[in-house]
Amino acid sequence: MNAVSTELATYNFAYLDEQTKRMIRRAILKAIAIPGYQVPFASREMPMPYGWGTGGVQVTAAILGPDDVLKVIDQGADDTTNAVSIRAFFKKVANMAVTTKTGEATIIQTRHRIPEEKLTAGQTLVYQVPIPEPLRFLEPRETETRKMHALEEYGLMHVKLYEDIARNGHIATTYAYPVKVEGRYVMDPSPTPKFDNPKMHMSEALQLFGAGREKRIYAVPPYTEVVSLDFEDHPFEIQTFDKPCALCGAENVYLDEVVLDDKGGRMFVCSDTDHCEDRRDHGHCGTMLAYDKETAR
Amino acid sequence: MTDAPLLKVRDVSKFYGARIGCRNVSFELWPGEVLAIVGESGSGKTTLLNCLATRLMPTSGTIEYRMRDGQMRDLAHMGEAERRFLMRTDWGFVHQNPADGLRMAVSAGANVGERLMAVGQRHYGNIRATAGDWLRRVEIEVDRIDDQPRAFSGGMRQRLQIARNLVTSPRLVFMDEPTGGLDVSVQARLLDLVRNLVHDLGLSAIIVTHDLAVARLLSHRMMVMKDGQVIEQGLTDRVLDDPREAYTQLLVSSILQV
Amino acid sequence: MATPLVVSEVAKSFTMHLRDGVCLPVVSDVSFSVKAGECVVLGGPSGIGKSSLLKMVYGNYGVDGGQILVEHEGRTIDLASADPRTVLAVRRVTLGYVSQFLRVVPRVAAIDVVAEPLVAGGELPASARERAEAMLARLNLPRELWQLPPATFSGGEQQRVNIARGFITDHRILLLDEPTASLDIKNREVVVDMIEEKKRAGVALLGIFHDEDVRTKVADRIVDVSAFSPRRAA
Repeated sequence: MNAVSTELATYNFAYLDEQTKRMIRRAILKAIAIPGYQVPFASREMPMPYGWGTGGVQVTAAILGPDDVLKVIDQGADDTTNAVSIRAFFKKVANMAVTTKTGEATIIQTRHRIPEEKLTAGQTLVYQVPIPEPLRFLEPRETETRKMHALEEYGLMHVKLYEDIARNGHIATTYAYPVKVEGRYVMDPSPTPKFDNPKMHMSEALQLFGAGREKRIYAVPPYTEVVSLDFEDHPFEIQTFDKPCALCGAENVYLDEVVLDDKGGRMFVCSDTDHCEDRRDHGHCGTMLAYDKETAR
Repeated sequence: MTDAPLLKVRDVSKFYGARIGCRNVSFELWPGEVLAIVGESGSGKTTLLNCLATRLMPTSGTIEYRMRDGQMRDLAHMGEAERRFLMRTDWGFVHQNPADGLRMAVSAGANVGERLMAVGQRHYGNIRATAGDWLRRVEIEVDRIDDQPRAFSGGMRQRLQIARNLVTSPRLVFMDEPTGGLDVSVQARLLDLVRNLVHDLGLSAIIVTHDLAVARLLSHRMMVMKDGQVIEQGLTDRVLDDPREAYTQLLVSSILQV
Repeated sequence: MATPLVVSEVAKSFTMHLRDGVCLPVVSDVSFSVKAGECVVLGGPSGIGKSSLLKMVYGNYGVDGGQILVEHEGRTIDLASADPRTVLAVRRVTLGYVSQFLRVVPRVAAIDVVAEPLVAGGELPASARERAEAMLARLNLPRELWQLPPATFSGGEQQRVNIARGFITDHRILLLDEPTASLDIKNREVVVDMIEEKKRAGVALLGIFHDEDVRTKVADRIVDVSAFSPRRAA
């Protein structure tokens, strides 16, 4: 431990230099002041490739204090490469406490999920964002999309949903489902499943979004209205699952499909691993787990 | 017809550095009136059209528009938000190349429906029904509603562009060589369609064209431009049948007779 | 009796810029009037400016000087100086014109070509079409042609479509530029009858008829255009 800290003596706390953190914090403050608005910032080169969360990492680095407890998830899991690497990175460069428990964390950096457990006041959720501009695929010109945001010209967003219904009979967008924040800015919630959209609405926790390659930061302050766009005759709906989690038996959570063998065997389990473990620790049991126990016996 | 002009244009000039785009153009456009601007390439007619449609800022001069509430408003003093709102509700702009006025990667229905969604319509079924209705009006088979315009012929694309513009019942439509680049038979169909729509909807229109036959068929009044200036204007049939200016006489006598 | 059309001291010349600006005088000091219920025929040899004069009265040609006064909706309008909007309004309501040739609009059926002036005047398309059918039937245009665009019709057939379109309205002034030129005797008679009806209805008619037979039948008065021509001195 001691050896590690001397080795890293040349790094500032949380990797970024103080001036950079100050610059990012200013962007974050502006983003909080204008919910849903994309604030440009001078994104730095980070010691990881773009697409691995460089935006989220910079936001986290800028808001980290020595007393914070950090949790990092990737698609809901604490134990996948991206999550493990980023957690290890901050442990190294900030020498701070890390956790996998949602309830214990003060800062949760996430890729593509919002934890199942309700976030509370004082917690901050940091999203890794690949493409922050919800209008991008319909209007490629940045000058034009900025103007559209400025003038609240969001008809195009509904064109996208219209196309969905025309092609599929229903709104087929299942992730990165556009939302309107506080009745003003249309925002891309990052590629989280639309299942998580309602959790953003009136959340007690602060939500920050960082896009490293695109150099944008935006935010949803606590207790902010976040409404998913829809049509009157095709209202917004979240995904539903036929069966509960095969491991913990949880219902009304987001499930991942896991392929078990090459004979078509599969199971559906919680995407939020912490939530699943916690439930199992408290004695909840899904069909698959019960079966395992049976055979073990 | 009401007794107040829809558009008042006074001394509009546009310079590109030292070069003249258009100079000292003044006219009034009345409700239900179709004005053709003719002249050869480089005469400044498209520059003038773009100034009128606020796609270009004139170097000097004023353009006033009578809003739906009856008030005359100076377009240059209007905020950008209001101007853009005007452009997608009360105005239309039909480009020569339909690809410039359409979203080529979304369906015909969405192309027509976009303006409705932009003004806040949020009922998919109604939007789609209106779009289908407009496709029929511009003679596009309703079963093409989910096809993208890239699968359409040039004439169909142009008709789709017109439907997309007219769906919000605009009062003023700008057209830049709407029949340019189309086959003659396709042109005739489009002209007939535009003529009927303009009449049925009581539209005012400003049409830029170098084709005098198009001007004769569609417009009530025309302006002849040369070197950035309007050299002759008046009743369309009078300008064409009894041209006064040397240049207009040259233009009229240059028409190929079939 | 009312005088819906008064032409006063009208002068017209053409400046041919493409021929070194040579100025061709057409007419000068033209003065005459047409009363309601009267048919005035412009006379004189061909090329003297009869057709040009008719076009001036319609507003199709500009004039160099003088006045062309028409009674339009209770007001007197000078077509020589009126703005395009006013000229169009006068044409829509008061002043009709049957030209020598039909200017064909692509794709529009004959029946709709005829009904168009009524529809433009605010009549419902269905009743306008009904009246158009009656007109075409009266002029013996074969029924199977009604739904076709007149572009491919013969000269006489086009002429009849043109006449039907000109006579269908209730304009108070009607200008006729050789409406019977390419018609057979039977249809010429129909047109003569139609002109008589217009006269009885109080319409002021001004026309050019080369056919002597028709001219003597319809004309109340002949205005000799050569009296206004610069060639009279030559």
